[in-house]
Amino acid sequence: MIGFGRTDTSTLGRWWWTVDRFTLVAFLLLIALGITLTLAAGPATALRNNLEHFHFVKRQLTYVGPALICLIGLSILSVETIRRYAIALFGLVLLATLSTHVIGHEVNGASRWLRLGPLSVQPSEFLKPTFIIVSAWLMAAGRRDPTLPGVGVSAGLCVTIIAILALQPDIGMSLVIACVWAAQYFVAGMPMLMVGALLALGAGAMFGAYHMFDHVQSRFDRFLDPAAENYQVRRAMEAFEAGGLTGRGPGQGEVKYLLPDGHTDFIFAVAAEEFGAIACILGILLFALIVVRGLFRMRGEGDLFIVLSCTGFLTLFGLQAAVNIGVNLNLLPTKGMTLPFISYGGSSLLALSVSAGCLLALMRRQTPGQARGEARR
Amino acid sequence: MNRTLFDRPPGTELAQSDLQCQLPGSDITRVRRRLTMLGLAFAIGFTALSARVIHLSKPDLGSGMAAEAATVAVAPELPAKWRTRSAITDRDGQLLAVDLPTHALSIETRKVRRPDRLAWRLAEALGDTTPARVLERLEKAKGALWLRWRLTPDQVAAVMRVGDPSISLVPTVTRSYPNGRLTAHVVGFMDSERQGRAGLERGVEDRLLDPSNPPVASSINLGVQHAVRAELARAVETFSAIGGAALVMDVTNGEILSMVSLPDFDANLRESLREDAFFNRATYGRYEMGSTFKTFTAAMALEAGKRLSDSYDATDPIRFGRFRIRDHHAKKREMTVAEIFKFSSNIGAAKMAVDVGTENQRKFLGSLGLLERAAIEIPELVAPQLPYRWGELETMTIGFGHGLSVSPLHLATAIGAMVNGGNLIEPTLLKRSLDNPATLRRVISEKTSDSIRKLLRLVVADGTGRSAAAQGYVVGGKTGTAEKAIEKGYARKRLITSFVGVFPMQAPRYVVLAMLDEPQGTKQTYNYMTAGWNAAPTVGRIIRRVAPLLGVAPVDELDPEILRALALPPSADPLAKKARGGRDATL
Repeated sequence: MIGFGRTDTSTLGRWWWTVDRFTLVAFLLLIALGITLTLAAGPATALRNNLEHFHFVKRQLTYVGPALICLIGLSILSVETIRRYAIALFGLVLLATLSTHVIGHEVNGASRWLRLGPLSVQPSEFLKPTFIIVSAWLMAAGRRDPTLPGVGVSAGLCVTIIAILALQPDIGMSLVIACVWAAQYFVAGMPMLMVGALLALGAGAMFGAYHMFDHVQSRFDRFLDPAAENYQVRRAMEAFEAGGLTGRGPGQGEVKYLLPDGHTDFIFAVAAEEFGAIACILGILLFALIVVRGLFRMRGEGDLFIVLSCTGFLTLFGLQAAVNIGVNLNLLPTKGMTLPFISYGGSSLLALSVSAGCLLALMRRQTPGQARGEARR
Repeated sequence: MNRTLFDRPPGTELAQSDLQCQLPGSDITRVRRRLTMLGLAFAIGFTALSARVIHLSKPDLGSGMAAEAATVAVAPELPAKWRTRSAITDRDGQLLAVDLPTHALSIETRKVRRPDRLAWRLAEALGDTTPARVLERLEKAKGALWLRWRLTPDQVAAVMRVGDPSISLVPTVTRSYPNGRLTAHVVGFMDSERQGRAGLERGVEDRLLDPSNPPVASSINLGVQHAVRAELARAVETFSAIGGAALVMDVTNGEILSMVSLPDFDANLRESLREDAFFNRATYGRYEMGSTFKTFTAAMALEAGKRLSDSYDATDPIRFGRFRIRDHHAKKREMTVAEIFKFSSNIGAAKMAVDVGTENQRKFLGSLGLLERAAIEIPELVAPQLPYRWGELETMTIGFGHGLSVSPLHLATAIGAMVNGGNLIEPTLLKRSLDNPATLRRVISEKTSDSIRKLLRLVVADGTGRSAAAQGYVVGGKTGTAEKAIEKGYARKRLITSFVGVFPMQAPRYVVLAMLDEPQGTKQTYNYMTAGWNAAPTVGRIIRRVAPLLGVAPVDELDPEILRALALPPSADPLAKKARGGRDATL
């Protein structure tokens, strides 16, 4: 493919031989799929909003360059660099997220966005990668030196973040962060008793969100009550039926003209109608391969920090994808969660590329020419 | 070897413990076990998702679900605005607008197998369209096509028999207007979102939407409305007018018993409505009403202390700058107030108005509500157009009805106050009740009102309005002919002719106003276009038809008591025929 000799010791040469090429290609494939599907769903949404035909496609394309730069650029960095920058940035991002309560502007009833000149930034998007690294670092440090309360501190941070996000309100994001943290702690050696306790706590938190936030309640009620129609979900169901196994063919979809969120949350249904169930399963397989293969690969990694941060990132991707697809398939109540790399949304694509870049950097074989794990010592 | 990004800078050797946390053996196995568990959980989750995708994409299952939903689905919950909207009735409870349950016809185009065949069968079932038109809409539609918003019960049955799975009949309600054109401008109509757009549908929408409310009773008398519309339509056609308006109002309480504006529309056929038909000439049209305004000038003069027998010199036209005020039926002599009214002398009216003064005129017309927007329960109400400057010239012209534009409703309301004993009563389109009491405001004295009655009777008995007479109903009234204002001055052949009639004159109860927009002369009128030839006879015909409906018994017009009650002092009309009995022969 690319002509790097095994003995090439330039930055790119070493990168090429150490990076997990399978995951890299999988991410690139997802980005390409995202553009393809934005081509399918974007014009329909643009038509409904009286925008120019390729409005969403063009906007998405402008983000692809920066996204690739983030992805590749970050994957070149060393583990130490990633960790240092992440820890430093975590503080900044946390402050920025906090400030959305004061100076953020509201979109759809939630104040999640900050204006930076012409750009709108959702700081909480960048909270995820930095928090994953910080909490992995804390847990690993705590494991190495039992006098350090690593798990406790990271749990405190996690609760703080959840509180801040819940106030925005962004229940979806807080759930994701909670789950990611729980997965990390699970791998780090959470006592089985606590696993049970946490499951109960999660159920309790969902119960609380149901009663504290009206929009959560209405979504959940509509999910449980089959008589209450949920327009988008019903259309999505029709899309799967219309698509069948092989789909109506590219551009032949009709449901996309009826789905308000066809280019974002319900892009999976649009894909199902045009490309069919088999293509959808291939898409799911791609996500599954990234996550499951990544997790199994971590079994050979001896550095707990790397294990935990990779577990965090993989859980993040897997969870987002599974929840989004689950909503599309009417298995979960509508959640407002996008399909990683595929749904339209520049800010989200950038944030995901940052996460993916970090993951690739952490998954890289650490010392070229040597076996992984204990051999490094 | 060159240093790359992967090599640590020299001299920054980090302590191993700072970077890495190698795990003891027991921990390693646990971490590996946990990673396996997590990986398996994800694998199971994604497998479940894939299974669900296959499950959903199986076609037979999907349609089975849809069919199940279709049988379970009752009427979809209607939004509040679709549910309860009270009916509108006339004053006796006859329906003018009412909600009817109906079905909307929707076609799910994706389930259509043979569009041509379905189109043919649907067209046959609906009975009012062609297969080609249905097919065109079927082929254009994406997703669901709403083919019809309301079906008759016959159509529902026929569409049911078509029995195609792509058809759904959705229960809904429609607004029906049983009297169609007859009450078009009174009732108004709604838009496709069921928001009132015109007439009472908009004007009393709050009451219509209040679920606890009984039907809204309007003040309209459907029988009277029918007669008025028929006669006005006949006049509009006979005189080739571009439009017309008519009002019947009870002068004792302000109830509008009939309101017609032509051309009109049938709100049941919203699709075919012509834009110009929405224009309500009776309340939203604004016209210089012409000589009917002399009634107010005379009342104003009498209120200011003039007597009916006082006279003004109408020998020569009045010159004012570049303007000239002339009489159509010039007598070229001194005329009394009564004669000025009877012969409709512009010169006399102008001089009378100047005599009273600009300020008094403005105040007086203002007290009659002629300078502000009328207030009845529909949105189509116009504010009068006042002169740019109101000086002596304008005082003169307004004195005979030019220079101030008002709606026919304004005129009828003010005339009512002239004859009912001197009280201005707010007009209403809703039936008077305890909730809707009449408000009275004295504007002229009983004595002046009495004199005005005599003057109005004189016009019909022996003046320009003779053709408005209706044997036995003692009609009084005043003609008005005005040239339409165009860009420069006035259009001589484009007239607004009106007649405002009152009956029975010995105890005035009803005002009947008819107005024609650009009537043309006919052979029968010797090509005259003035109000005496078209608007006045229209009012006469209306009164002859509606008086019995309103329970007004005819009287002997030559009854000495009535003659005495309506007689002018001899000095006021010195040249009048002594033998009143000869009057009827002249009609």
